[in-house]
Amino acid sequence: MRYWSFLFALAAVFSVAVFAYSYFDPEWWLPGGPSGDFRHPVSTAGREIDSLFSIVLWITGIVFIGTQVVLVWAAYRYSDSGDARKATYFHGSQRLEVIWTIIPAAILVFIALYQMGTWASVKFKSEAPKVLPLAKVTGRQFQWVIRYPGNDTKLNTSDDLVLVNDLHFVKDKPALIHLESGDVLHSFFLPQLRIKQDAVPGLTIPVWFDTDQAGKYELVCAELCGWGHYKMRGNVTVHGSQAEFDAWMQSALQEQARDQVALAGGVQGR
Amino acid sequence: MSHAAAVPVDRGTLTTPPKVETAPVTPGKLAMWLFLATEIMFFTGLIGTYVVLRAGSPATAYSDKFSPGTVPSDWADQGAKIYNWPLPYDSATNPLSIDLTAANTFILICSSVSMVLALAAIQRGDRKKLTMWLGVTVIFGSIFLGVQVYEYYQLLFGHHYPIGISRSGHFTPDVSLFASCFFTMTGFHGAHVAGGVVMLICLFLSSLFGVYTKERHGAVELVGLYWHFVDLVWIILFTVVYLI
Amino acid sequence: MSTEMDTKSHDSHGISSSSTNGHGHGHDHGGGGHGHDDHIHAEPTNPLFKYVFSTDHKIIGIQFLFSGLIFFVLGGLLALAVRWQLAWPWSPMPILSKALWAEQGFRMPPEYYNKLFTMHGTVMIFYVIIPLLTGAFGNFLIPLMIGARDMAFPKLNMYSYWCMPPSFVALAMSFMADGGSAEAGWTSYPTLANSLWSTPGSLSGQTWWLVALLFAGVSSLMGSINYMTTIIMLRAPGMKMFRLPMTIWAMFITATLQAFALPVLTAALIMQLLDRTVGTNFFSPAGWSVANAPAVVGGGQTLLWQHLFWFYSHPAVYIMILPGMGIVSDIIATFSRKPLFGYKPMVFAIAGIAGLGFIVWGHHMFQSGMNPALGATFMLSTMMIALPSAIKVFNWLGTMWGGKITFNSAMLNATAFVAMFIIGGLSGIFMAATPIDMHIHDTYFIVAHIHYVLFGGSTFAIFAGIYFWFPKMFGRMMNEPLGKLHFFLTFIFFNGTFFLMHIIGMHGHPRRIADPTVYAYLQGAGITGMNQFMTINALLLGATQILFAANFFWSIFAGKRAGANPWNSNSLEWATDSPPPYYNFATIPHVYNAPYEYSVPGMEKDFLLQTEPRPAAAGPLDPVMS
Ligand code: HEA
Ligand code: HEA
Ligand code: CUA
Ligand SMILES: [Cu+2]
Repeated sequence: MRYWSFLFALAAVFSVAVFAYSYFDPEWWLPGGPSGDFRHPVSTAGREIDSLFSIVLWITGIVFIGTQVVLVWAAYRYSDSGDARKATYFHGSQRLEVIWTIIPAAILVFIALYQMGTWASVKFKSEAPKVLPLAKVTGRQFQWVIRYPGNDTKLNTSDDLVLVNDLHFVKDKPALIHLESGDVLHSFFLPQLRIKQDAVPGLTIPVWFDTDQAGKYELVCAELCGWGHYKMRGNVTVHGSQAEFDAWMQSALQEQARDQVALAGGVQGR
Repeated sequence: MSHAAAVPVDRGTLTTPPKVETAPVTPGKLAMWLFLATEIMFFTGLIGTYVVLRAGSPATAYSDKFSPGTVPSDWADQGAKIYNWPLPYDSATNPLSIDLTAANTFILICSSVSMVLALAAIQRGDRKKLTMWLGVTVIFGSIFLGVQVYEYYQLLFGHHYPIGISRSGHFTPDVSLFASCFFTMTGFHGAHVAGGVVMLICLFLSSLFGVYTKERHGAVELVGLYWHFVDLVWIILFTVVYLI
Repeated sequence: MSTEMDTKSHDSHGISSSSTNGHGHGHDHGGGGHGHDDHIHAEPTNPLFKYVFSTDHKIIGIQFLFSGLIFFVLGGLLALAVRWQLAWPWSPMPILSKALWAEQGFRMPPEYYNKLFTMHGTVMIFYVIIPLLTGAFGNFLIPLMIGARDMAFPKLNMYSYWCMPPSFVALAMSFMADGGSAEAGWTSYPTLANSLWSTPGSLSGQTWWLVALLFAGVSSLMGSINYMTTIIMLRAPGMKMFRLPMTIWAMFITATLQAFALPVLTAALIMQLLDRTVGTNFFSPAGWSVANAPAVVGGGQTLLWQHLFWFYSHPAVYIMILPGMGIVSDIIATFSRKPLFGYKPMVFAIAGIAGLGFIVWGHHMFQSGMNPALGATFMLSTMMIALPSAIKVFNWLGTMWGGKITFNSAMLNATAFVAMFIIGGLSGIFMAATPIDMHIHDTYFIVAHIHYVLFGGSTFAIFAGIYFWFPKMFGRMMNEPLGKLHFFLTFIFFNGTFFLMHIIGMHGHPRRIADPTVYAYLQGAGITGMNQFMTINALLLGATQILFAANFFWSIFAGKRAGANPWNSNSLEWATDSPPPYYNFATIPHVYNAPYEYSVPGMEKDFLLQTEPRPAAAGPLDPVMS
């Protein structure tokens, strides 16, 4: 009988071991930046979110180990081994009930209040960086249409640069985008930067992010948007300096102009 | 809670049957109240939707010169007036006839009164009056439905409305958000009234055969509860959809 | 509907003087009791009315049980197809490839993947877990455990079951519709779901999906009104509210949850249906069009659906766990041979979960574009809902502590419920923390959470309940060694299938994607390996369920005969035959006891049926805890 407790112990040990191991494997832990140093998050939001994640992981880990130890021990110690022992007869303990209500309550309130600041800084409109918007990003089935203001720094003018699935910004500078949807729900997800925001038809939602590592990142669509949802992927390029970004912008504008002449068509996208 | 078993007892005291509270209601009545609670949640869903959609409707959603949702940005230059929602009595944007519906509302309230009288009659044991008042309630209910059908007919096919109400000239559920809300809310209420009238007709026929007595008339009471509920919902809907 | 009821008195030994009607004392009935119908109506002899259009709550419960288990097979097979695609993207799938995709080179078209998980989620939630927990166990157990002859409204009960077949038909129509079944996820968010042209499954598959859910909802509504009325009105004499077993408390509170939340979903489903069929504008923004279809007038709000949907579906996740919690409480107390630790706190905890359950729906919408300040308040209430859950977990552990535990199939599954629910609940804390949710929302971390609460929780509770009440339902015992083997393998493969989802989720693997290798950060051998490992475990998990099916059907016909009370348990259903006679109790029992008086000191046997008086030597009952 009591050997069943080993099965529950095994599951608990497995669970803890998996999370312990995950910290040492770049494919298991939270996704890292292009440099490969996966334990150091590369964005402001990432640093705060990862430290929160670790705190909650520790708290829940301790709660988990504690409850599983009690469970396994009870299953081991108190299983019926055929002796004449009777179960103890009691209906509960008021003191215990109070204790195990108050302690979790305190922990939960702590978690709730502790992360409020981070939440405000990543989502509250009032916390948005006071910079000119980098681009307007529109999710459509099944691509990201990214509209940069071009040289006049104003959106929706004729010199806008419109690219598909190609987001560029500059390292160490906050980037602000306006997120829209052209048809159904999408979600703008930058896993390495820990940013996620749904694109909602009819709404324009500001999203801001930054990173301290130049290189290639990926943009994921994280909200089901139809048959091609899985392949709605965007490339993200972070330039090392503003100059590099500007140079890229100029060449992209020229290329767009060439294409337009060739096509003799208007500006694409919306 | 009282604790028959909280004190040590022997078989002796337990041979008296456990203490019993008399039930204040019948299962039927309890179930009807619970059913009405679910109905309240249903209409809360619809009315809540209406409130949220109306509050979120953009300032330029309706206009006297353009069909709903197509107001151009230079509306002021074109001399148009804009609204975020159709105004009551404004025939340029709102096709609903408040006067007709107000009269109809009055009829529904009357039917509630006659329902009360029907129940009071059978509680006194007066079967004749019961039949009579049930008949009156059926008639009032049917009039209400008739007027609503007429109203729907006019909106959907009969009248031709100005552009501010509908691009097509007819007020169908797809022409504007207001139309969608209007037909959904009043339509589901109308279905409830229709169900109520059917139940009332059953009661009426049963009462003709003398099924109900002073002691046994649970069904009259239950249908009455339902009928008053439907009436109450209408008063709220009328206020929210037509008047405000 | 009006119930004809004679009140009648009972004699002192809990045996009613069955021949006399209405003699003496008038109201003589229990808890809130109105009256019991002491006429034992004759059992119908026509098999059509005995087994098919039956008004007997036991038969209806078993009908729900069978349809639920059949749908479990369907939902499970859909899940296996999902897993196949994730492990070996686009490789030919057994059977399905040959049958459906010969023209596409045996390669699954991408929209099929969306159909698979949409229908998997829908089937599992609306056709397996809810019907099994409330429909099967609720119907079968409520009258038996409160000492009643049947539900308050047996006919209504029958209609409640017979609302399900139309729903099954609509679901089948969805599979067969033009463009295939619905594929907007079980959450069916507009504007993907309310437009006809957004994706193939949106043509008419989605419409049938809505119709199917409407019928299922009406069925649940009828059931819940019936349950509440029955529990309030038909308790046997002496069955005070605080003498109800936890299963009944859970059913009662679940029914209230359903009664108040479901109508809102009904309204929302109707609005989406109207958007799709008559062109209303509830969920489409102004001038909106998709896939080059003509623009609609619009003016509505996309997010409104999410609010309405989660206003129901968050309470619905508690509808899917509370009955399980009740079942598990009963089983753990029985097999620990100990009174339930903290009975009253347990009741209040369930009520607390239900109450708070109504104000946390926004935690599904943290990243949806909802006002983030609102998100912060939803975060707070979501954190708070972990409290009553914590109380429950600690009380279960307290019940086992100091017990004399028998680990049979029922108890093993119940213990697994506790262990796995802790994992699923704790992962909920990560998501409740809004900033962390920003990263893990719509990743496999959520999928892990779903399955730890819904499989690790609800499904283990269902297994436990079936092993426990099978003797009462069919009069025969299930095979123990086979049951233990089934548990052992299920437990192992379950963890093998779902635990690593936490890891790939935290690494950013999005949910609902047909092919993770599109993304560079998910292409490595580690992620692929984990996906394949999970799939193999899932296949084995599915195969293991064949053991259960075999045991189940074999035992119905050839299991060892069960006595009235094979587990030496206390509650009223064990005080009558197995299976119970048509009208449950020859005489309505009298209740003298709390439901969990195990190992009462000074008694020879270690259980005390609720119908047995408490021995004087046992001393008073703790009034605060029990
Ligand atoms: C049975 C079903 C069930 C249950 C019981 C729960 C329980 C909980 N759920 Fe879960 N949830 C789902 C089913 C369920 N959920 C489903 C199906 C979805 C996905 C829907 C979809 O999008 O498809 C979902 C999604 C979901 C989300 C949205 C995630 C997202 O999409 O981004 C969130 C966010 O807050 C959440 C939170 C919680 C919390 C806090 C609990 C709490 O009730 C858990 C409380 C329990 C414990 C915490 C464990 C025991 C306690 C202790 C051992 C004590 C001490 C603990 C501490 C001090 C931390 N759930
Ligand atoms: C109770 C609910 C429940 C249950 C039990 C399961 C069970 C399983 N689920 Fe499910 N799952 C959901 C609810 C559930 N799921 C929900 C709500 C979603 C979200 C959907 C959405 O995003 O819209 C989801 C999504 C989901 C995904 C994510 C898809 C995606 O986002 O891309 C995956 C992927 O692995 C998955 C896998 C599985 C597997 C392998 C099982 C396995 O455990 C299945 C094993 C079982 C069988 C194979 C049955 C075989 C049985 C027999 C042969 C015998 C039966 C007995 C008798 C006849 C007596 N599920
Ligand atoms: Cu766009 Cu998913
Ligand atoms: Cu939830």
